[in-house]
Amino acid sequence: MKSYSIFSLLRNALSYHQNWQAAWRSPEPKPAYDVIIVGGGGHGLATAYYLAKEHGITNVAVLEKGWLGGGNTGRNTTIVRSNYLWDESARLYEHSLKLWEGLSQDLNFNVMFSQRGVLNLAHNLHDLRELQRRVSAIRLNGIDSEILNVEQVKEMVPILNCSPDSRYPVLGASLQRRGGVARHDAVAWGFARAADARGIDIIQNCEVTGIRRDGDRVLGVETTRGFMAAPKVACVTAGHSSVLAAMAGLRLPIESHPLQALVSEPIKPILHTVVMSAAVHVYVSQSDKGELVLGAGIDAYTSYAQRGSLSVIEEIMASTVTLFPIFSRLKMMRSWGGIVDVCPDASPIIGKTPIRGLYFNCGWGTGGFKATPGSGHVFAHTIARDEPHPLNAPYALDRFANGSLIDEHGAAAVAH
Amino acid sequence: MLRIPCPYCGPRDETEFAYGGEAHIARPQNPATTTDADWADFLFMRKNPKGRHRERWMHARGCRQWFNVERDTVTHQIVTVYRMGEPPPETPR
Repeated sequence: MKSYSIFSLLRNALSYHQNWQAAWRSPEPKPAYDVIIVGGGGHGLATAYYLAKEHGITNVAVLEKGWLGGGNTGRNTTIVRSNYLWDESARLYEHSLKLWEGLSQDLNFNVMFSQRGVLNLAHNLHDLRELQRRVSAIRLNGIDSEILNVEQVKEMVPILNCSPDSRYPVLGASLQRRGGVARHDAVAWGFARAADARGIDIIQNCEVTGIRRDGDRVLGVETTRGFMAAPKVACVTAGHSSVLAAMAGLRLPIESHPLQALVSEPIKPILHTVVMSAAVHVYVSQSDKGELVLGAGIDAYTSYAQRGSLSVIEEIMASTVTLFPIFSRLKMMRSWGGIVDVCPDASPIIGKTPIRGLYFNCGWGTGGFKATPGSGHVFAHTIARDEPHPLNAPYALDRFANGSLIDEHGAAAVAH
Repeated sequence: MLRIPCPYCGPRDETEFAYGGEAHIARPQNPATTTDADWADFLFMRKNPKGRHRERWMHARGCRQWFNVERDTVTHQIVTVYRMGEPPPETPR
Protein backbone atom coordinates (compact mmCIF):
# COMPACT_ATOMS: atom_id res chain seq x y z
CA MET A 1 0.00 0.00 0.00
CA LYS A 2 1.36 3.39 -0.96
CA SER A 3 0.89 5.84 1.88
CA TYR A 4 -1.28 8.90 1.32
CA SER A 5 0.46 12.17 2.12
CA ILE A 6 0.88 15.70 0.81
CA PHE A 7 3.80 14.38 -1.26
CA SER A 8 1.81 11.58 -2.89
CA LEU A 9 -0.90 14.12 -3.65
CA LEU A 10 1.60 16.43 -5.34
CA ARG A 11 3.25 13.56 -7.21
CA ASN A 12 -0.08 12.33 -8.54
CA ALA A 13 -1.17 15.84 -9.44
CA LEU A 14 1.72 15.90 -11.95
CA SER A 15 0.12 12.98 -13.81
CA TYR A 16 -3.38 14.46 -13.59
CA HIS A 17 -4.39 11.92 -10.93
CA GLN A 18 -4.45 9.13 -13.52
CA ASN A 19 -2.04 6.82 -11.71
CA TRP A 20 -3.41 6.37 -8.21
CA GLN A 21 -3.05 2.81 -7.00
CA ALA A 22 -6.36 1.01 -6.40
CA ALA A 23 -7.24 1.33 -2.69
CA TRP A 24 -7.71 -2.44 -2.36
CA ARG A 25 -7.32 -5.53 -4.53
CA SER A 26 -10.15 -7.69 -5.89
CA PRO A 27 -8.64 -11.12 -5.27
CA GLU A 28 -10.02 -14.49 -6.36
CA PRO A 29 -11.41 -16.31 -3.33
CA LYS A 30 -9.20 -19.03 -1.86
CA PRO A 31 -10.73 -22.43 -0.97
CA ALA A 32 -9.88 -22.02 2.71
CA TYR A 33 -9.20 -19.27 5.23
CA ASP A 34 -8.42 -19.06 8.95
CA VAL A 35 -11.32 -16.66 9.48
CA ILE A 36 -14.22 -15.72 7.22
CA ILE A 37 -16.05 -12.50 8.01
CA VAL A 38 -19.51 -12.29 6.49
CA GLY A 39 -20.44 -8.69 5.77
CA GLY A 40 -18.28 -5.94 4.28
CA GLY A 41 -19.70 -2.98 6.13
CA GLY A 42 -17.80 -0.82 8.58
CA HIS A 43 -18.01 -3.31 11.46
CA GLY A 44 -16.90 -6.29 9.35
CA LEU A 45 -14.01 -4.41 7.76
CA ALA A 46 -12.94 -3.01 11.13
CA THR A 47 -13.00 -6.56 12.53
CA ALA A 48 -10.75 -7.70 9.68
CA TYR A 49 -8.37 -4.79 10.20
CA TYR A 50 -7.98 -5.37 13.93
CA LEU A 51 -7.62 -9.14 13.43
CA ALA A 52 -4.57 -8.38 11.32
CA LYS A 53 -3.23 -5.46 13.32
CA GLU A 54 -3.77 -6.64 16.89
CA HIS A 55 -3.68 -10.42 16.51
CA GLY A 56 -1.54 -11.05 13.43
CA ILE A 57 -4.28 -13.09 11.75
CA THR A 58 -4.19 -12.22 8.07
CA ASN A 59 -5.48 -15.33 6.28
CA VAL A 60 -8.91 -13.76 6.40
CA ALA A 61 -11.67 -13.16 3.85
CA VAL A 62 -14.35 -10.49 4.11
CA LEU A 63 -17.36 -11.54 2.02
CA GLU A 64 -19.75 -8.84 0.88
CA LYS A 65 -22.87 -9.60 -1.16
CA GLY A 66 -23.00 -6.12 -2.66
CA TRP A 67 -20.38 -3.40 -2.49
CA LEU A 68 -18.36 -2.17 0.48
CA GLY A 69 -20.32 0.08 2.77
CA GLY A 70 -23.45 -0.19 0.60
CA GLY A 71 -25.60 -1.19 3.56
CA ASN A 72 -26.10 0.68 6.79
CA THR A 73 -22.52 2.01 6.80
CA GLY A 74 -23.43 4.30 3.91
CA ARG A 75 -26.99 4.97 5.04
CA ASN A 76 -26.70 6.36 8.56
CA THR A 77 -26.55 9.96 9.75
CA THR A 78 -22.87 9.60 10.80
CA ILE A 79 -23.25 10.71 14.41
CA VAL A 80 -20.52 9.61 16.83
CA ARG A 81 -20.88 9.98 20.61
CA SER A 82 -20.44 7.96 23.79
CA ASN A 83 -22.96 9.54 26.17
CA TYR A 84 -24.66 6.32 27.24
CA LEU A 85 -26.25 5.76 30.64
CA TRP A 86 -25.22 2.27 31.68
CA ASP A 87 -21.66 1.36 32.60
CA GLU A 88 -21.40 -1.46 30.05
CA SER A 89 -22.50 0.85 27.23
CA ALA A 90 -20.41 3.78 28.38
CA ARG A 91 -17.27 1.63 28.40
CA LEU A 92 -17.92 0.12 24.97
CA TYR A 93 -18.88 3.34 23.19
CA GLU A 94 -16.13 5.34 24.89
CA HIS A 95 -13.61 2.71 23.79
CA SER A 96 -14.90 3.30 20.29
CA LEU A 97 -14.79 7.09 20.58
CA LYS A 98 -11.15 6.92 21.70
CA LEU A 99 -10.34 4.84 18.61
CA TRP A 100 -12.20 7.40 16.44
CA GLU A 101 -9.94 10.13 17.81
CA GLY A 102 -6.86 8.53 16.25
CA LEU A 103 -8.50 6.70 13.37
CA SER A 104 -7.50 8.86 10.40
CA GLN A 105 -3.82 8.63 11.42
CA ASP A 106 -4.07 4.93 12.22
CA LEU A 107 -5.64 4.07 8.85
CA ASN A 108 -3.74 6.68 6.80
CA PHE A 109 -7.17 7.63 5.45
CA ASN A 110 -9.08 10.79 6.26
CA VAL A 111 -12.36 9.67 7.81
CA MET A 112 -13.20 13.36 8.38
CA PHE A 113 -14.00 12.81 12.03
CA SER A 114 -15.23 16.18 13.24
CA GLN A 115 -15.74 16.60 16.99
CA ARG A 116 -18.27 19.38 16.67
CA GLY A 117 -20.31 18.41 19.73
CA VAL A 118 -23.62 16.62 20.16
CA LEU A 119 -26.56 18.33 21.86
CA ASN A 120 -29.45 16.33 23.29
CA LEU A 121 -32.45 18.55 23.94
CA ALA A 122 -34.86 18.48 26.87
CA HIS A 123 -38.41 19.62 26.18
CA ASN A 124 -40.03 19.14 29.57
CA LEU A 125 -39.11 18.82 33.21
CA HIS A 126 -38.86 15.05 33.02
CA ASP A 127 -36.50 15.21 30.03
CA LEU A 128 -34.35 17.67 31.93
CA ARG A 129 -34.14 15.49 35.03
CA GLU A 130 -33.40 12.43 32.91
CA LEU A 131 -30.61 14.32 31.13
CA GLN A 132 -29.20 15.42 34.51
CA ARG A 133 -29.19 11.82 35.68
CA ARG A 134 -27.52 10.66 32.47
CA VAL A 135 -24.89 13.38 32.51
CA SER A 136 -24.03 12.50 36.12
CA ALA A 137 -23.74 8.80 35.28
CA ILE A 138 -21.65 9.55 32.19
CA ARG A 139 -19.29 11.79 34.14
CA LEU A 140 -18.85 9.12 36.81
CA ASN A 141 -17.57 6.92 33.98
CA GLY A 142 -14.98 9.57 33.15
CA ILE A 143 -16.67 10.68 29.93
CA ASP A 144 -17.15 14.34 29.04
CA SER A 145 -20.71 15.57 29.30
CA GLU A 146 -22.34 18.70 30.58
CA ILE A 147 -25.73 20.32 31.01
CA LEU A 148 -26.55 23.55 29.22
CA ASN A 149 -29.38 25.82 30.33
CA VAL A 150 -31.67 27.32 27.75
CA GLU A 151 -29.62 30.54 27.49
CA GLN A 152 -26.49 28.54 26.72
CA VAL A 153 -28.36 26.44 24.14
CA LYS A 154 -29.65 29.61 22.49
CA GLU A 155 -26.17 31.04 22.37
CA MET A 156 -24.77 27.87 20.83
CA VAL A 157 -27.56 27.31 18.29
CA PRO A 158 -29.29 30.65 17.67
CA ILE A 159 -31.57 29.23 14.97
CA LEU A 160 -33.20 26.81 17.41
CA ASN A 161 -36.73 27.82 18.45
CA CYS A 162 -36.38 28.18 22.23
CA SER A 163 -39.63 30.10 22.69
CA PRO A 164 -41.68 28.89 25.67
CA ASP A 165 -44.74 28.97 23.37
CA SER A 166 -43.24 26.39 20.99
CA ARG A 167 -44.84 22.99 20.61
CA TYR A 168 -41.52 21.57 21.84
CA PRO A 169 -40.08 24.22 24.15
CA VAL A 170 -36.36 23.79 24.87
CA LEU A 171 -35.63 23.76 28.60
CA GLY A 172 -32.01 22.78 28.33
CA ALA A 173 -29.71 20.23 26.78
CA SER A 174 -26.85 17.88 27.45
CA LEU A 175 -23.70 18.40 25.46
CA GLN A 176 -20.88 16.01 24.67
CA ARG A 177 -18.19 18.18 23.12
CA ARG A 178 -16.09 15.21 21.98
CA GLY A 179 -19.02 13.83 19.98
CA GLY A 180 -19.53 14.72 16.35
CA VAL A 181 -19.76 13.27 12.88
CA ALA A 182 -17.54 11.36 10.43
CA ARG A 183 -17.59 10.63 6.72
CA HIS A 184 -19.31 7.24 6.65
CA ASP A 185 -18.07 5.95 3.25
CA ALA A 186 -14.52 6.89 4.17
CA VAL A 187 -14.77 4.70 7.26
CA ALA A 188 -15.56 1.62 5.15
CA TRP A 189 -12.94 2.54 2.54
CA GLY A 190 -10.28 3.37 5.11
CA PHE A 191 -10.70 0.09 6.99
CA ALA A 192 -10.87 -1.84 3.69
CA ARG A 193 -7.67 -0.28 2.38
CA ALA A 194 -5.80 -0.82 5.65
CA ALA A 195 -7.03 -4.41 5.98
CA ASP A 196 -6.17 -5.18 2.35
CA ALA A 197 -2.67 -3.75 2.89
CA ARG A 198 -2.17 -6.34 5.63
CA GLY A 199 -3.09 -9.17 3.27
CA ILE A 200 -6.78 -9.63 3.96
CA ASP A 201 -8.93 -10.67 0.96
CA ILE A 202 -11.97 -8.46 0.44
CA ILE A 203 -14.40 -10.21 -1.88
CA GLN A 204 -17.36 -8.19 -3.12
CA ASN A 205 -20.42 -9.46 -4.97
CA CYS A 206 -20.16 -12.71 -3.07
CA GLU A 207 -23.27 -13.66 -1.12
CA VAL A 208 -23.27 -16.28 1.60
CA THR A 209 -26.07 -18.76 0.96
CA GLY A 210 -25.40 -21.30 3.68
CA ILE A 211 -23.30 -22.09 6.73
CA ARG A 212 -21.83 -25.60 6.66
CA ARG A 213 -21.29 -27.29 9.98
CA ASP A 214 -20.46 -30.66 11.45
CA GLY A 215 -22.54 -31.14 14.59
CA ASP A 216 -21.80 -28.16 16.77
CA ARG A 217 -18.71 -27.06 14.85
CA VAL A 218 -18.60 -24.70 11.89
CA LEU A 219 -16.82 -25.85 8.72
CA GLY A 220 -17.22 -22.91 6.37
CA VAL A 221 -19.70 -21.06 4.22
CA GLU A 222 -21.52 -21.77 0.96
CA THR A 223 -21.42 -18.73 -1.28
CA THR A 224 -22.46 -17.67 -4.75
CA ARG A 225 -18.79 -18.20 -5.64
CA GLY A 226 -18.54 -21.67 -4.16
CA PHE A 227 -17.73 -23.22 -0.80
CA MET A 228 -15.04 -21.64 1.38
CA ALA A 229 -13.73 -23.50 4.39
CA ALA A 230 -12.81 -21.85 7.67
CA PRO A 231 -12.66 -23.00 11.30
CA LYS A 232 -14.00 -19.59 12.32
CA VAL A 233 -16.90 -17.73 10.72
CA ALA A 234 -17.91 -14.30 11.98
CA CYS A 235 -21.25 -12.81 10.92
CA VAL A 236 -21.54 -9.01 10.90
CA THR A 237 -24.58 -8.55 8.69
CA ALA A 238 -26.78 -6.05 10.56
CA GLY A 239 -30.34 -6.24 9.17
CA HIS A 240 -29.73 -9.71 7.73
CA SER A 241 -28.44 -11.25 10.97
CA SER A 242 -31.58 -13.35 11.49
CA VAL A 243 -31.22 -14.73 7.96
CA LEU A 244 -27.61 -15.78 8.62
CA ALA A 245 -28.55 -17.20 12.03
CA ALA A 246 -31.31 -19.28 10.45
CA MET A 247 -28.71 -20.79 8.07
CA ALA A 248 -26.90 -22.08 11.16
CA GLY A 249 -30.11 -23.19 12.86
CA LEU A 250 -30.00 -20.41 15.47
CA ARG A 251 -32.65 -17.98 16.61
CA LEU A 252 -31.82 -14.38 17.51
CA PRO A 253 -33.77 -11.85 19.59
CA ILE A 254 -33.71 -9.46 16.65
CA GLU A 255 -36.28 -7.78 14.46
CA SER A 256 -35.29 -5.95 11.27
CA HIS A 257 -36.88 -2.57 10.69
CA PRO A 258 -36.45 0.17 8.12
CA LEU A 259 -34.72 3.30 9.41
CA GLN A 260 -35.02 6.35 7.21
CA ALA A 261 -32.87 9.40 6.73
CA LEU A 262 -32.82 12.32 4.32
CA VAL A 263 -30.73 15.25 3.16
CA SER A 264 -31.71 18.76 2.14
CA GLU A 265 -30.38 20.89 -0.67
CA PRO A 266 -26.97 22.35 0.25
CA ILE A 267 -26.95 25.69 2.01
CA LYS A 268 -24.27 27.93 3.55
CA PRO A 269 -22.96 26.90 6.97
CA ILE A 270 -25.70 27.46 9.52
CA LEU A 271 -25.50 24.57 11.98
CA HIS A 272 -22.05 23.84 13.40
CA THR A 273 -23.01 21.09 15.82
CA VAL A 274 -25.27 18.03 16.02
CA VAL A 275 -28.72 18.59 17.52
CA MET A 276 -30.69 15.59 18.71
CA SER A 277 -34.07 15.34 20.34
CA ALA A 278 -35.01 11.89 21.53
CA ALA A 279 -38.51 13.00 22.47
CA VAL A 280 -39.48 14.10 18.96
CA HIS A 281 -37.07 11.77 17.12
CA VAL A 282 -35.14 14.46 15.32
CA TYR A 283 -31.42 14.46 14.82
CA VAL A 284 -29.82 16.92 12.48
CA SER A 285 -26.37 18.07 11.46
CA GLN A 286 -24.92 19.86 8.45
CA SER A 287 -22.50 18.06 6.18
CA ASP A 288 -19.35 19.65 4.82
CA LYS A 289 -21.15 19.93 1.47
CA GLY A 290 -23.79 22.07 3.17
CA GLU A 291 -26.65 19.59 3.15
CA LEU A 292 -28.65 19.12 6.31
CA VAL A 293 -28.58 15.45 7.28
CA LEU A 294 -31.71 14.37 9.13
CA GLY A 295 -32.60 11.05 10.65
CA ALA A 296 -35.97 9.65 11.64
CA GLY A 297 -37.15 6.92 13.98
CA ILE A 298 -37.68 3.37 12.78
CA ASP A 299 -40.79 2.29 10.91
CA ALA A 300 -42.94 0.16 13.21
CA TYR A 301 -43.14 -2.93 11.00
CA THR A 302 -40.38 -5.41 10.20
CA SER A 303 -38.90 -5.20 6.74
CA TYR A 304 -35.99 -6.20 4.55
CA ALA A 305 -36.77 -3.54 1.94
CA GLN A 306 -34.43 -0.59 2.18
CA ARG A 307 -37.31 1.85 2.27
CA GLY A 308 -40.00 2.90 4.71
CA SER A 309 -43.27 4.79 4.83
CA LEU A 310 -43.68 8.46 3.99
CA SER A 311 -45.59 9.12 7.21
CA VAL A 312 -42.33 8.72 9.13
CA ILE A 313 -40.67 11.36 6.97
CA GLU A 314 -43.63 13.70 7.40
CA GLU A 315 -43.42 13.34 11.16
CA ILE A 316 -39.72 14.09 11.40
CA MET A 317 -40.05 17.07 9.03
CA ALA A 318 -42.91 18.49 11.11
CA SER A 319 -40.79 18.24 14.26
CA THR A 320 -37.71 19.64 12.55
CA VAL A 321 -39.55 22.69 11.27
CA THR A 322 -41.03 23.27 14.71
CA LEU A 323 -37.56 23.19 16.27
CA PHE A 324 -35.92 25.11 13.39
CA PRO A 325 -38.52 27.41 11.75
CA ILE A 326 -35.74 28.77 9.51
CA PHE A 327 -35.60 25.42 7.69
CA SER A 328 -39.23 25.57 6.60
CA ARG A 329 -38.50 26.57 2.99
CA LEU A 330 -35.65 24.14 2.45
CA LYS A 331 -36.16 21.47 -0.17
CA MET A 332 -35.32 17.90 0.73
CA MET A 333 -33.26 16.22 -1.97
CA ARG A 334 -33.10 12.54 -1.15
CA SER A 335 -34.45 10.10 1.38
CA TRP A 336 -33.50 6.49 1.84
CA GLY A 337 -33.79 3.62 4.26
CA GLY A 338 -31.52 1.04 5.80
CA ILE A 339 -32.49 -2.19 7.55
CA VAL A 340 -31.57 -2.06 11.20
CA ASP A 341 -31.35 -5.07 13.51
CA VAL A 342 -33.14 -4.09 16.69
CA CYS A 343 -32.58 -6.00 19.94
CA PRO A 344 -35.18 -5.94 22.73
CA ASP A 345 -32.78 -4.02 25.01
CA ALA A 346 -31.39 -1.77 22.25
CA SER A 347 -27.91 -3.12 22.92
CA PRO A 348 -25.83 -5.23 20.56
CA ILE A 349 -24.94 -8.91 20.68
CA ILE A 350 -21.19 -9.45 20.31
CA GLY A 351 -19.79 -12.85 20.98
CA LYS A 352 -19.80 -16.60 20.64
CA THR A 353 -22.76 -18.80 19.76
CA PRO A 354 -23.67 -22.36 20.78
CA ILE A 355 -21.91 -23.45 17.56
CA ARG A 356 -18.13 -23.67 17.95
CA GLY A 357 -16.27 -21.31 15.64
CA LEU A 358 -19.38 -19.27 14.80
CA TYR A 359 -19.46 -15.70 16.08
CA PHE A 360 -22.09 -13.00 15.77
CA ASN A 361 -21.80 -9.24 16.00
CA CYS A 362 -25.29 -7.83 15.50
CA GLY A 363 -28.24 -6.09 17.08
CA TRP A 364 -26.72 -2.60 16.88
CA GLY A 365 -30.13 -1.37 15.81
CA THR A 366 -30.23 2.32 15.03
CA GLY A 367 -26.87 3.22 16.54
CA GLY A 368 -24.08 1.10 15.15
CA PHE A 369 -22.09 3.62 13.15
CA LYS A 370 -20.58 5.35 16.17
CA ALA A 371 -19.32 2.01 17.45
CA THR A 372 -17.62 0.91 14.22
CA PRO A 373 -13.96 0.90 15.38
CA GLY A 374 -14.69 -0.27 18.92
CA SER A 375 -17.01 -3.01 17.73
CA GLY A 376 -14.42 -4.29 15.27
CA HIS A 377 -11.71 -4.10 17.91
CA VAL A 378 -13.48 -6.17 20.58
CA PHE A 379 -14.96 -8.58 18.02
CA ALA A 380 -11.51 -9.28 16.56
CA HIS A 381 -10.34 -10.10 20.09
CA THR A 382 -13.34 -12.42 20.58
CA ILE A 383 -12.58 -14.29 17.36
CA ALA A 384 -8.80 -14.47 17.81
CA ARG A 385 -8.88 -15.65 21.44
CA ASP A 386 -12.18 -17.51 21.24
CA GLU A 387 -13.29 -15.59 24.31
CA PRO A 388 -14.82 -12.13 24.64
CA HIS A 389 -12.85 -9.00 25.38
CA PRO A 390 -13.80 -7.68 28.85
CA LEU A 391 -15.67 -4.83 27.14
CA ASN A 392 -17.99 -7.10 25.16
CA ALA A 393 -18.38 -9.89 27.73
CA PRO A 394 -21.68 -8.37 28.96
CA TYR A 395 -22.99 -8.42 25.36
CA ALA A 396 -23.28 -12.21 25.08
CA LEU A 397 -26.30 -13.83 23.47
CA ASP A 398 -27.12 -15.70 26.69
CA ARG A 399 -28.01 -12.45 28.48
CA PHE A 400 -31.54 -12.93 27.15
CA ALA A 401 -31.85 -16.20 29.04
CA ASN A 402 -30.14 -15.13 32.27
CA GLY A 403 -31.83 -11.74 32.39
CA SER A 404 -28.78 -9.47 32.49
CA LEU A 405 -30.11 -7.12 29.79
CA ILE A 406 -28.43 -3.78 29.09
CA ASP A 407 -31.53 -1.70 28.73
CA GLU A 408 -30.62 1.37 26.74
CA HIS A 409 -34.07 1.84 25.21
CA GLY A 410 -35.25 4.60 27.49
CA ALA A 411 -31.76 5.77 28.27
CA ALA A 412 -29.70 6.79 25.33
CA ALA A 413 -30.14 4.52 22.39
CA VAL A 414 -33.57 5.70 21.33
CA ALA A 415 -32.25 8.22 18.86
CA HIS A 416 -29.08 8.15 16.82
CA MET B 1 -46.86 3.23 2.75
CA LEU B 2 -49.01 0.25 3.50
CA ARG B 3 -52.74 0.06 2.84
CA ILE B 4 -54.05 -2.49 5.28
CA PRO B 5 -57.39 -4.23 4.78
CA CYS B 6 -58.90 -4.30 8.27
CA PRO B 7 -61.20 -7.34 8.38
CA TYR B 8 -63.81 -5.22 10.18
CA CYS B 9 -63.55 -1.79 8.49
CA GLY B 10 -62.02 -2.44 5.08
CA PRO B 11 -58.86 -0.94 3.59
CA ARG B 12 -57.33 1.91 5.55
CA ASP B 13 -54.07 3.83 5.58
CA GLU B 14 -51.16 2.42 7.59
CA THR B 15 -51.14 5.43 9.92
CA GLU B 16 -54.44 4.22 11.44
CA PHE B 17 -52.83 1.01 12.68
CA ALA B 18 -50.46 -0.13 15.40
CA TYR B 19 -48.00 -2.95 14.78
CA GLY B 20 -47.97 -5.96 17.09
CA GLY B 21 -45.04 -8.03 15.86
CA GLU B 22 -44.85 -11.74 15.08
CA ALA B 23 -48.13 -13.65 15.39
CA HIS B 24 -48.81 -17.12 16.84
CA ILE B 25 -46.26 -17.01 19.66
CA ALA B 26 -47.70 -19.22 22.37
CA ARG B 27 -47.04 -18.45 26.02
CA PRO B 28 -45.49 -21.41 27.86
CA GLN B 29 -48.28 -23.51 29.33
CA ASN B 30 -46.64 -24.26 32.62
CA PRO B 31 -44.58 -21.30 33.88
CA ALA B 32 -43.31 -23.19 36.94
CA THR B 33 -41.51 -25.80 34.88
CA THR B 34 -40.47 -23.61 31.94
CA THR B 35 -36.69 -23.25 31.66
CA ASP B 36 -34.90 -19.93 31.35
CA ALA B 37 -34.00 -20.79 27.77
CA ASP B 38 -37.64 -21.45 26.90
CA TRP B 39 -38.69 -18.18 28.54
CA ALA B 40 -36.05 -16.36 26.52
CA ASP B 41 -37.34 -18.03 23.38
CA PHE B 42 -40.91 -16.97 24.14
CA LEU B 43 -40.07 -13.44 25.22
CA PHE B 44 -37.27 -12.42 22.91
CA MET B 45 -36.42 -14.78 20.05
CA ARG B 46 -38.16 -14.02 16.77
CA LYS B 47 -38.30 -15.59 13.31
CA ASN B 48 -37.77 -12.23 11.61
CA PRO B 49 -37.99 -13.85 8.17
CA LYS B 50 -36.95 -12.32 4.88
CA GLY B 51 -40.13 -12.96 2.92
CA ARG B 52 -43.57 -14.01 4.15
CA HIS B 53 -44.28 -12.99 7.75
CA ARG B 54 -47.37 -13.63 9.86
CA GLU B 55 -47.86 -10.68 12.16
CA ARG B 56 -50.38 -8.86 14.31
CA TRP B 57 -51.86 -5.43 13.68
CA MET B 58 -54.41 -3.38 15.58
CA HIS B 59 -56.76 -0.84 14.04
CA ALA B 60 -55.80 1.69 16.72
CA ARG B 61 -57.52 4.72 15.17
CA GLY B 62 -60.53 2.75 13.97
CA CYS B 63 -62.36 -0.24 15.42
CA ARG B 64 -59.48 -1.03 17.83
CA GLN B 65 -59.61 -4.73 16.91
CA TRP B 66 -56.54 -6.94 16.72
CA PHE B 67 -56.10 -9.19 13.69
CA ASN B 68 -53.44 -11.12 11.79
CA VAL B 69 -51.74 -10.18 8.54
CA GLU B 70 -49.47 -12.21 6.29
CA ARG B 71 -47.11 -9.77 4.64
CA ASP B 72 -43.97 -10.05 2.55
CA THR B 73 -41.11 -8.24 4.31
CA VAL B 74 -39.25 -7.65 1.05
CA THR B 75 -42.04 -6.35 -1.21
CA HIS B 76 -44.37 -5.17 1.61
CA GLN B 77 -47.21 -6.91 -0.24
CA ILE B 78 -50.04 -7.97 2.04
CA VAL B 79 -50.90 -11.55 1.11
CA THR B 80 -53.82 -12.22 3.40
CA VAL B 81 -55.63 -10.95 6.46
CA TYR B 82 -57.41 -13.14 9.02
CA ARG B 83 -59.05 -12.69 12.39
CA MET B 84 -57.60 -13.54 15.79
CA GLY B 85 -58.17 -17.17 16.66
CA GLU B 86 -58.53 -18.25 13.04
CA PRO B 87 -55.92 -20.62 11.66
CA PRO B 88 -53.62 -19.01 9.12
CA PRO B 89 -55.06 -19.57 5.62
CA GLU B 90 -52.99 -21.55 3.14
CA THR B 91 -51.57 -19.00 0.73
CA PRO B 92 -49.98 -19.71 -2.63
CA ARG B 93 -46.25 -19.00 -2.62
